[in-house]
Amino acid sequence: MRRFALIAMPYAWLLALFLIPFLIVLKIALSDYALSIPPYTPTFDLSQGWQGVRDFFAALDFENFVFLTTDDLYWKAYLSSVWIAAVSTFLALLVGYPIAYGMARAAPEWRPTLLMLVILPFWTSFLIRVYSWIGILSGEGYLNQFLMGLGLIDAPLTILNTNIAVYIGIVYTYLPFMILPIYATLEKMDDSLLEAAEDLGCSRISAFWLVTVPLSKTGIIAGCFLVFIPAIGEFVIPSLLGGSETLMIGKVLWEEFFNNRDWPVASAVATVLLLILVIPIVLFQRNEQKQREAEG
Amino acid sequence: MAQPSPQQVFAPWEDPNEKPLIEFRGVTKRFGDFTAIDDVSLSIFRREFFALLGPSGCGKTTLMRMLAGFEAPTEGTILLDGQDIAPVPPNKRAVNMMFQSYALFPHLSVWENIAFGLKRDRMEKDRIAQRVDEMLRLTRLEKFARRKPHQISGGQRQRVALARSLAKAPKLLLLDEPLGALDKKLRQDTQFELMDIQEKTGTTFVIVTHDQEEAMTVASRVAVMDEGRIIQVATPDVIYESPASVYVADFIGDVNIIEGRATPVPDDGEGRVNVAWAEGQPPIRGTTRRRFETGQKAWFAIRPEKIAITQDRPEDAANAVRGKVLDIAYLGNISTYHVELPTGHVVKAQTANTRRIARRAFTWEDEVWLSWTATAGVLLED
Amino acid sequence: MKRFSWFNATSLTLGFAFLYLPMIILIVYSFNASKLVTVWAGFSTRWYGELLRDEAFLDAAWVTLQVAVASSTIATVLGTMAAHVMVRAGRFWGRTLFSGMIYAPLVMPEVITGLSLLLLFINIGLDRGILTIILAHTTFSMCYVSVVVSSRLVSFDRSLEEAALDLGCSPFEAFRLVTLPIILPAVISGWLLAFTLSLDDLVIASFTAGPSATTLPIKIFSSIRLGVSPEINALSTILIAIVAAGVITASLVSKRAAVRQAAEEREAVRAPA
Repeated sequence: MRRFALIAMPYAWLLALFLIPFLIVLKIALSDYALSIPPYTPTFDLSQGWQGVRDFFAALDFENFVFLTTDDLYWKAYLSSVWIAAVSTFLALLVGYPIAYGMARAAPEWRPTLLMLVILPFWTSFLIRVYSWIGILSGEGYLNQFLMGLGLIDAPLTILNTNIAVYIGIVYTYLPFMILPIYATLEKMDDSLLEAAEDLGCSRISAFWLVTVPLSKTGIIAGCFLVFIPAIGEFVIPSLLGGSETLMIGKVLWEEFFNNRDWPVASAVATVLLLILVIPIVLFQRNEQKQREAEG
Repeated sequence: MAQPSPQQVFAPWEDPNEKPLIEFRGVTKRFGDFTAIDDVSLSIFRREFFALLGPSGCGKTTLMRMLAGFEAPTEGTILLDGQDIAPVPPNKRAVNMMFQSYALFPHLSVWENIAFGLKRDRMEKDRIAQRVDEMLRLTRLEKFARRKPHQISGGQRQRVALARSLAKAPKLLLLDEPLGALDKKLRQDTQFELMDIQEKTGTTFVIVTHDQEEAMTVASRVAVMDEGRIIQVATPDVIYESPASVYVADFIGDVNIIEGRATPVPDDGEGRVNVAWAEGQPPIRGTTRRRFETGQKAWFAIRPEKIAITQDRPEDAANAVRGKVLDIAYLGNISTYHVELPTGHVVKAQTANTRRIARRAFTWEDEVWLSWTATAGVLLED
Repeated sequence: MKRFSWFNATSLTLGFAFLYLPMIILIVYSFNASKLVTVWAGFSTRWYGELLRDEAFLDAAWVTLQVAVASSTIATVLGTMAAHVMVRAGRFWGRTLFSGMIYAPLVMPEVITGLSLLLLFINIGLDRGILTIILAHTTFSMCYVSVVVSSRLVSFDRSLEEAALDLGCSPFEAFRLVTLPIILPAVISGWLLAFTLSLDDLVIASFTAGPSATTLPIKIFSSIRLGVSPEINALSTILIAIVAAGVITASLVSKRAAVRQAAEEREAVRAPA
């Protein structure tokens, strides 16, 4: 009985506040927009009994999903979200790998401190970390002041409110997610493997490509997914750092819901976004499982 | 240790015309204040199976890593084939190493591990395949070529590591505790396999080990090291029978060491020396090639198997002492008796158990005689 | 062999500069006297004063704190239960669904979680306010707590619980007297994680908060959409200082505990039997 209660409480909570809400999203995605409260039709009417249920299901259709394909705003937004997430992930890898590598090669007594320094920003507010770049990247911002002070540029660069600012924002905020899994694999690596590679004729650089990189592959993949997956649905970064050209699906959904009050379309957008995310999530899970199996 | 007939003896170190493959000349290595290698000079010859033996921290691994190129000497030079190898980086040396941890690349198959070094030489594909297959045959790994390192046993991994380091046909193969991770039975089998492979390929092997039995079994010559110095370099039988110092005698095998004062027997030409070791006891009669002054401090070292144990005093023994059996260790093939002498010394004596069901001759508390010949032990200076 | 080269030193220096420089600039300019944030006009704590007089910010901070404390506490209880279920309960009906629901919110885009919860609250006629934010935050942060606690439970030696049962504890007593004290550090870090997630959340709170309740992130977001403001710099500095102090204290405490334990173990080894 006690075991039942132990299972039932978190289970019921998640059913009520995670699964059912999501089913509601699905249902509304299949409904039609209406100028009413709530602003969609049909609504569930149990007073008419079985007939009401049948009417309800009969009124559901895929019209909103069809709409998503006809208006090119949506598929462009999906594509551009994936593209922006992919570019940012690649940049995060370029920035994060040398840091993880340097940490793994640092003296053992330094590593816990370095690790804490990587994790610390993760505890500070996401919003503030994004915000800090507005002052740096804006037209009269610190970066432009600095570059003009050095005489490198004559006129301020326009970075804020472009996709470049979004890349910087994503790389900056998600960098710890890239560094940590790569560091974990590099730190476990046996130094004698590199010596063996050199002994067998590798230069240091080729030993890095032939041994270090393949052995940190699972960490690289995990880090990339940990940046890529949340970046696709990102809302805060494109709306603060991005400009009017920045199309990201999280922002579209937000605007559809709050500005246009089109709940059915917003729900359809959410459903498709989730379907898109299933692919990287499954791949990520497979990578994690492979790593666990490799470890034994 | 069967001695081959004199004509076939492999002993290039005794031939003054033979050029060494490796020569250490006054090599010293310091890490900060710590001296890991202290002025070592050493020659190793072609086709030798050379063992560096010593306790952990004696510098043997540093010596090997200097050969591989992972450490550079602080002073002195190392010559390979007469060439100073200091400026040659590890990846350009005709020297390969088998790592203690094996250092097999976990993301590559057995085949790819063995081919790794060959690919670095940009060898043709056909020749790589041929060479890898040859190595797989040599180490009896044909069936495991496609497996990954974690899918094979410890003994097989050891053979992959060996095959990988031999694949490039190095002038010199370094083996760092190659059998350390194997259990005892497998270790013994593998020792013979190693010797066999060394002979077949004709490669010069330098092995680092802390296991004296292993060094004695596989090596043509053994260098015993302590605190960064080489104490003695000799063939295993010389190391065992004529150790150069108390340290070597004690490190290799079981030994009784008795301290005393030497009195050379004058002018006899056979190097006879008497050692006074305890009051009221007759001096130990021994022989030596060293020169001892009268009254000089000396250590008499004798192996337990060289001491006979009997009930009555043997008539013609050069040395005989009386004692009481303190302990008996039955080891199957031999038994070791710990005998306490009236002086308080405890001496170990060994007998071979040649008969299967023999009544044990002696038991605890028995009064026995220990005896040995004049040439059975060695006399050592400090 | 040490392979720590100038390359590693450079990449670490540049990397950490990238991570910390933006925040350092933010902190420095929060003491700027000028209203124009990007122009330095001398040292001043003026914006901290203005911040403390701004009723709207103080209200939002109070709401945020209430939400964070309540949601992280409920989430810790539920998350610890869920972790226990995941690691210890064995098979039960709908186990796959259960673990799916634990992991899914971790990867679910916030806009979807927020949207779905909002639609739920509207459907069941629940007025949006502090309560709905607490419910929403509890739901996603209990999943984080459960992941943190279950990773500790997996490495937990089960025979300790069995020993407690063998010595006469009821299952609940065994949990309270043996398991909980040992996994406590994980439970505490789970609570801290839930707390910071709640403090930090903008998107889900925006969906689930009604006009009656505004949290600090919502307030910050609406004011920084208009650009950089010195008050937000001051507020950010305060938040960064709190987090830094918290993390550094926590790591010092745990380091000291580890050092003490190591010293005690050495002592125990040296002491005669």
